Amino acid sequence: MPKTALQFHHNGREVALFVDGGVNLLVALREIIGDMTPKFGCGQGGCGACSVLIDGELHLSCLTLAETAAGRAVETLDGLKDGPNLHPLQRAFMEHFAAQCGYCTPGMLMAAKALLDRNPTPSRDEVVEAISGNICRCTGYEPIINAVLAAAAGGRARA
Amino acid sequence: MTVTVKTFATSGEAAAALSSDRSARYLGGGTLVMRALNEGDISVSTVVRATDQALARIEVTNLRVTIGAGVTFARILAERDLGFLHAPARSIGGPAVRNMGTVGGNLFAPSPFGDFTVALLALDATIAMQGGLGTRDLPIEEFLQSRDRQNGALVLAISCQRPASADAFRYRKVARIKPKGGSVITLAAHLPVSSGRISGARIALGSMAATQIRARAAERALEGRSLDSSAISAAAAAIAEGTSPTDSALASAWYRREVAGVHLRRLLSGQE
Amino acid sequence: MLELRKDIFADERDDNLKEVGKGTQRQDMLGHVTGTSTYFDDHKLQGMLHLKVLRSAHAHARLRRIDTTEAERSPGVRRIIRGSDVPRNLNTLLSLINFGKDDEPTLAVDKVRYKGEPIVAVVADSPREAYEAIAKLRVDYEPLPTVFDVEEALKPGAPVVNETYPKNTFTYHDIYDHQKLRFGDVDRALAEADHVLDQRYQMAPIEHAPTETNGSIAAPDTNGRYVVYTSTQALFFSLDTCAKILDVPSNTFHFIGGTVGGGFGGKVDTLTEPLSILGAMLTGRPVRYVFGREEEMQYGPPRGAERIYIQDGVMRDGRIVARKVRAYFDSGAYTRLSSYAVVKCAAHLPGPYAIPNVYGDIYCVFTNRTPATAMRGFGVTAMDFAIECQMDKLAHIVGMDPMEFRILNAYRDGDMKAHRREAKNTALIECVQVAAEKAKWPLREEFKRMSSLEGGGGIRAAIPLTPREPSTPRAAASQQRTSYDRAPAASSHEPPAPPPAPPPPPRPPAPSHGATRFSSVFGNRRR
Repeated sequence: MPKTALQFHHNGREVALFVDGGVNLLVALREIIGDMTPKFGCGQGGCGACSVLIDGELHLSCLTLAETAAGRAVETLDGLKDGPNLHPLQRAFMEHFAAQCGYCTPGMLMAAKALLDRNPTPSRDEVVEAISGNICRCTGYEPIINAVLAAAAGGRARA
Repeated sequence: MTVTVKTFATSGEAAAALSSDRSARYLGGGTLVMRALNEGDISVSTVVRATDQALARIEVTNLRVTIGAGVTFARILAERDLGFLHAPARSIGGPAVRNMGTVGGNLFAPSPFGDFTVALLALDATIAMQGGLGTRDLPIEEFLQSRDRQNGALVLAISCQRPASADAFRYRKVARIKPKGGSVITLAAHLPVSSGRISGARIALGSMAATQIRARAAERALEGRSLDSSAISAAAAAIAEGTSPTDSALASAWYRREVAGVHLRRLLSGQE
Repeated sequence: MLELRKDIFADERDDNLKEVGKGTQRQDMLGHVTGTSTYFDDHKLQGMLHLKVLRSAHAHARLRRIDTTEAERSPGVRRIIRGSDVPRNLNTLLSLINFGKDDEPTLAVDKVRYKGEPIVAVVADSPREAYEAIAKLRVDYEPLPTVFDVEEALKPGAPVVNETYPKNTFTYHDIYDHQKLRFGDVDRALAEADHVLDQRYQMAPIEHAPTETNGSIAAPDTNGRYVVYTSTQALFFSLDTCAKILDVPSNTFHFIGGTVGGGFGGKVDTLTEPLSILGAMLTGRPVRYVFGREEEMQYGPPRGAERIYIQDGVMRDGRIVARKVRAYFDSGAYTRLSSYAVVKCAAHLPGPYAIPNVYGDIYCVFTNRTPATAMRGFGVTAMDFAIECQMDKLAHIVGMDPMEFRILNAYRDGDMKAHRREAKNTALIECVQVAAEKAKWPLREEFKRMSSLEGGGGIRAAIPLTPREPSTPRAAASQQRTSYDRAPAASSHEPPAPPPAPPPPPRPPAPSHGATRFSSVFGNRRR
């Protein structure tokens, strides 16, 4: 089977790998690099569980052909912590009970990060819009929205 | 047979690769082709890409805009001159889908998707295509009618007129889930006004037939009239004429027909 | 936000407990927010193969021939699995507790009974190669007549969906074709009621739509054992089911699960584990079988649809005197857990209300639909929907406030329930009172003062005289049409005006008859 060589930045670290033709970025991250934080939920762009940032923009890794990530910066939940220190979003999710089964959480956190990186003081409507591509089936959106707003408010307080 | 990815520097080479291989599909933003591969569609065994920057261009003049097929909805939303297209662009997917999905791909999105194309149909867009034999321009209606046979050609760009005023172009996507959801029905209306009368009305509908279609009876009801309540009522009464919606998990065909007039009335009268 | 109403039943609770009643952090929360919680699919195993199944294109068909020749030669294929490769290719989930007959194959052999039923499994090096091999499988179908409607399925001459149950109904206690509840003389009470309300309710199947699809990974372990990472919601239940189907002792397996990406009842059916383990047994390699999203939505088991007929008798003063229910649970082509849903439904009748005459006939029916399964309160939820719609309509008919109407009819401590158990720890009255308060819904003072602790028991604790019926099971429902069958299937949503139409009082006087009964103080405090 012909393989394609591919290099990109994964959470700040350069990675080099070989992928089969047609493999998506989600499979490359999970099965080749071993970063299990992005999840498979639908393969169709309907659920957002596989959300990652590519060059700072929110993307669905299951709909991204792996080789189109060549030379770009891919961020996943695995890189959200700063060493042992949780990101404010992670702390807020913990404090606000914003995860139940936890399966949508990696995608939710990346969607929330994409928002706060661009807009540190979002309104509630902006938070709703920012996570509108991410489906949660058990926590409910209210605690998640509250957590994102709390993380944003916390960031402001520190600034 | 596994999947082979072919990446070309020019759209011409990509178009040639597409036209010579029936199992080839052009990869734009990935929301259609990667989805097909993920669901096990083995009819796709070649994925064709082009890095041609021409596919990502946006050109705006006083009267017309030209948008490369590879332009994403997020880029349209970032472009102030394309304000009239912001509502349709914003109505598609969540932020990730808008960062990925392209104008060219939307032309191929099956019902109930393809909302942006509804707007383009109302705006009488022209599709610039490159086939094995060269480039040609195709009116969007002709393109949509022959869409199933267009896989061997590459869409390069779309162009359309700029509405004369904010009022002249209206768009509405009706979904059950807010802010994001598949379309129950999508409506777009381009209503140029000349000396107080509508002239050259175009109304387009999504999710009301196998492809996006024009509501010609409703257009006729508005033609030559001012946009008053009696004209709006006449258009609303005629909106479902010639449509052939189907039942889906989002709405039944019956429901779609029933509410089409209600939503056209709201669109034309400026109600929320 | 959550609010604990500690003023209600305060004397029954100890508020000085260390954990109960106190907020605490979930132990898995840190894993969730760092993405380190391990789901079944979060395992990267050396040499892992991928399993996909060919699903039936027909809802009901005989399988004349299955040709795997071309698929066997397809690149990347490691093994084709057919029904004959499955050691015990017939099972029913609740056979583990001796409930029901084996009725469902892991892979269809002679017949398919719903669209999407698995027929052949392909184990290949990659998902793509498995899909390509599946396209090369040839199945010769002989389509059979189908039945998709629960009442059609019970008519004489209806297509037999599942030969294990030739009458298209689950068999209880080896002889009964439905669950029966009899309490008091419902027909006499209906005849004497001031108003009778006959209604039909039809539910749709509901997909759980978990964000993580059903799936499992099975891998050979040391000493002939297999380790199985699974999305199951019922780890030991799934383990024992696999041991039965694969005909090995249950200690052959080491199941690892518990961290599930949403289940809601849709991950108890052990749909993927038997085949992924069998694949691992036959190839000696780790095998992964995960549903795609379309598979999950289309062929994953839903909450079954139910059709419910309710006939209620109510007096002008608001007391419900009779409730007669006939309900059909659409089990789809196989039993799974619907037989149990029906038992739960019968036990739940007539809802949380004190009704002296109750009658229920509840059927578990087989059709050519996707097999149904558990989902959050299944057996009770849809019936409650029907009952509560009925309660609103009854309140409207007698001109009572719907909240007060519920308080009036709510069961209280000491009441005898229709399944002949005393009601204890009842709290519906208090729930309605608090709901009304939160919704700023005006309740009259006497209804605000009512309590679950008072007015129950006494005469309400008695088991009413219940007419005997022939003990032989009756024929299918089609042969026992009762009078309310005359209600048109698509009857209007408005309650039919009962003759003679009562003048609807805008605000009825305090229910005289009911108030007398309900203010009785025979209730015994037994909690």
